Amino acid sequence: MKKQITVTVNGEQHTVEVETRTLLVHTIREQLRLTGTHIGCDTSSCGACTVLLDGKSIKSCTVLSIQADGKEISTVEGLAKDGLHPLQEGFKENHGLHCGFCTPGMLMRAVELLEKNPNPTEEEIRWGISGNLCRCTGYNNIVKAIQYAGAKMRGEETPSTEPEFV
Amino acid sequence: MSSYNILGKRIKGVEDPAMMRGEAEYIADMKLPNMAHMAFLRSEHAHAEILGIDTSKAEKMPGVIGVYTESDLGSMMPLPCIWIPGTGESHFPSHPFGGGVPGGSPVLAKGKVRYMGEPILVVVADTAHQAWDAIKSIVVNYKVLPCVVDAELALEKGAPLLHEEVPSNLNAYIPYGNKEACFKAIEDAEVVIKKQIIIPRTINNPLEPRGCLGVYNEKSDNYTLYATSQSPHNHRLLLGLMILGIPINKLRVVSPHIGGSFGTKGYIYPDMPLSLFLSKKIGRPIKWIDNREDLMRSTVQGRDQKMSAIIAGDSKGKITALYCKSFANLGAYASTIGPGVATAMVGRCIAGVYDIENIFCEISAAFTNTPSLGAQRGSGRTEATILHERMIDLYAKKINLDPAEVRKQNMIQPEQMPFDNRVGWEYDSGDYPNAFEMALKAIKYDEVAARKKEALKRGKYLGVGVNCFVAISGVGPSPQMAKEGMLGGTWGSANVRVHPTGEVSVSIGATNHGQYHETTFAQIVAEELGVEIDKIEVLHSCTRNVPFGQGSYGSRSFSVEGAAVKLASEAIKAKAIKESAHTFKVKEDQIIYDSSKGKIYPKGHPEKAKTLQEISLDLWYGWDIAKVEPALDHTTYFDPPGFNFPYGSVAVEVEIDAKTGQVDIVKHYGVYDVGTIGNLQVLEGQFHGAMAFGIGEALLEQAQYGEDGLLTTPTFREYAIPRATSLPEFETDTTVTPTPHTSLGAKGAGEVGTVGTVSTICSAVTDALSHLDIDHVDIPFTAEKVWRIIQASNK
Repeated sequence: MKKQITVTVNGEQHTVEVETRTLLVHTIREQLRLTGTHIGCDTSSCGACTVLLDGKSIKSCTVLSIQADGKEISTVEGLAKDGLHPLQEGFKENHGLHCGFCTPGMLMRAVELLEKNPNPTEEEIRWGISGNLCRCTGYNNIVKAIQYAGAKMRGEETPSTEPEFV
Repeated sequence: MSSYNILGKRIKGVEDPAMMRGEAEYIADMKLPNMAHMAFLRSEHAHAEILGIDTSKAEKMPGVIGVYTESDLGSMMPLPCIWIPGTGESHFPSHPFGGGVPGGSPVLAKGKVRYMGEPILVVVADTAHQAWDAIKSIVVNYKVLPCVVDAELALEKGAPLLHEEVPSNLNAYIPYGNKEACFKAIEDAEVVIKKQIIIPRTINNPLEPRGCLGVYNEKSDNYTLYATSQSPHNHRLLLGLMILGIPINKLRVVSPHIGGSFGTKGYIYPDMPLSLFLSKKIGRPIKWIDNREDLMRSTVQGRDQKMSAIIAGDSKGKITALYCKSFANLGAYASTIGPGVATAMVGRCIAGVYDIENIFCEISAAFTNTPSLGAQRGSGRTEATILHERMIDLYAKKINLDPAEVRKQNMIQPEQMPFDNRVGWEYDSGDYPNAFEMALKAIKYDEVAARKKEALKRGKYLGVGVNCFVAISGVGPSPQMAKEGMLGGTWGSANVRVHPTGEVSVSIGATNHGQYHETTFAQIVAEELGVEIDKIEVLHSCTRNVPFGQGSYGSRSFSVEGAAVKLASEAIKAKAIKESAHTFKVKEDQIIYDSSKGKIYPKGHPEKAKTLQEISLDLWYGWDIAKVEPALDHTTYFDPPGFNFPYGSVAVEVEIDAKTGQVDIVKHYGVYDVGTIGNLQVLEGQFHGAMAFGIGEALLEQAQYGEDGLLTTPTFREYAIPRATSLPEFETDTTVTPTPHTSLGAKGAGEVGTVGTVSTICSAVTDALSHLDIDHVDIPFTAEKVWRIIQASNK
């Protein structure tokens, strides 16, 4: 069974026809061709598909496309219009990514995390991203990246990342 | 202070922006016009005869193009195994053509399935959903057979037989070291300790599942395979030469962005030849993307050794003998390099950093009704390190000596390098005692007793482990790999091309799947040639970028392929000097090549300096040049004369909640020596990731099979990998002892963090439980397991 839905994605309105069984992540990736949102598991465990739905981070593999009808969706592609978002800058400065597969979901989760808690402790960050799995980094530098972005967004000085000699 | 300008520096990754903006293209993101989709029907049973398959309903379903079983595959050959252990006995299912290459595993099952998840057929349809819908409508009639999932049981008389041609399910029996001398030393020893150590099955679980996209172009009679491949050239050779029988100049293999691998994606899988073969058959590109549950059931899995060990020594701490008999679980079929991973990578590594006079290790690899074994980050070396470090702890306890003292007493000293470890490896260089001292200091080893007391007041059992490891890396010298039974070259390759406009293109044989090769390899060239880093592009992961290449596995990329890049850069530099001497009309030894500024000039005349770009332009025109070939371009093939041996020491402090059994890692320190460093920030990232991997293995992960052979942990809900809350903040240090085998001096770096971590957590956890008279617990230390142990010993 098919149904027409209208969603605003990264500020742009789209009307698409979806099967009622289609998961939001598939509509985002296949119909809207925004492939920065990834699929890493079948059980809503990994968080690679995290996007913002009306400003709240959700795993888009757990939501049907028809549930998003009339709502606003933000994906990683819309995070920064020009240059880098402070979170992206933080990830770059702190090497918060290796293979990059979890990164879009991790970034979108962190957007909401910092919005709700602009100055989180390390523990709050760790719990805050505990629904997003990363197999490469050991999370050390992801935590630092989010701390960096938090400082930057609060207008504070960011931790130094000057190159060091070995 | 390093003598390098660029090498080692924390240069930020050029790879970052694409991956952070969602622009990086992974296999699942690829789309071609008229593309069809493929899905697999996989076995529901661990061991069964296939009596019949009813595909009639599926064939008529919307969008379905075809259903294909093994009978539709024409002359397609089985997936080959190319590591046939070279020093003992081995048995394989026969290959249809006979000859030296064994039939590793069938592309699609023929009459019988031997593990749950084995592919039986594929459906090709217009969309992935349609292919899946059709798969669900297919009925397979099975006759379920008795199965065996344990390697030791598989070798027992009367065990269910997997392959008719393989007697007793024995794939390989390989001895390492001197049996007689070892047994004699054990017989003569004052102290002898025996222990069984079981290292369970684990699954790499990169966050991106596997996938491929096969394209046949009828007009040019060319094939292109886009695939999550750690080794595009090798996969091209195996596909062209051994499986599909197509000339390899007609086949291009390309890896798009890869979302992690850790060994998984280095293997040949059925989807690769199938997508190419069926693309030709139906005249459309065919895409296949795996899902997590099938990944857990059908990609190669890791570890799985059942070791019985004996350590012997005197009462003062001198180890005189180490013996290990292990049963390795190879799975149902020999994967691309599975048998070597299960044998040599363990057997030749059991000496660790110790000078042990008498060593013997014998490994029996058995076929069982489980998915095939393959490499997992730190493969072989992690298991071997657990073995020697555990046995040393037990020995120290028995003779009532501090385990750190026993380690020091038996450690190989720097002046003993190069060192023959007596089971087949020659260690190239290193200062093991220094690393160990650094780790002892970092964990404040002298103050452990006081911390234990304090923790107990909080209801926590505190334990500390400080371990040492050495991890063979940098596969490798091809002749030596041939002796180990590797059917393949393992050298490095690189092309460095200085464009007449000044930019440099570097093509490498390595394949990136998260290691930041585009940044680190550029640093080698920038250091050598003095070209700005943002003018250097690194091309990789495509069989057209570099003539031949061997890919990335076994921590070889930077240490072997990087060494080739360095050699190619040196050749470019030498040619530039020759050309400059001609231009400036001086002798070559009068030319100064200032790599820090990218200036080339005659001695004493820096004002005359030319840049590499100007020289490249001269060589491009070729009007009046030195006696050299025109163009500034060089390709190198480099086979390292020996393996390299990164090493280090790890210190871990754990606290175990006495009430819940929860193990918390409160401090995790590692000092690693990987020789010359490419980029310290990237390197630390590799350490962290590998340490996290080791923590997962030590505390959480296990692929569990029931007696019926069914995997009971097929999703992330049952198979736990570490979350941010499971891990501590890692502390790392580096020391630098370059390998003498290459001019770059780098050693393998991607796996060391795992190798040292797992055994050290074992030491720390047993130390924490020592007051309960516990001397060994097998990993993983889940809260439930530890809680049960605490409860049992309280009674």
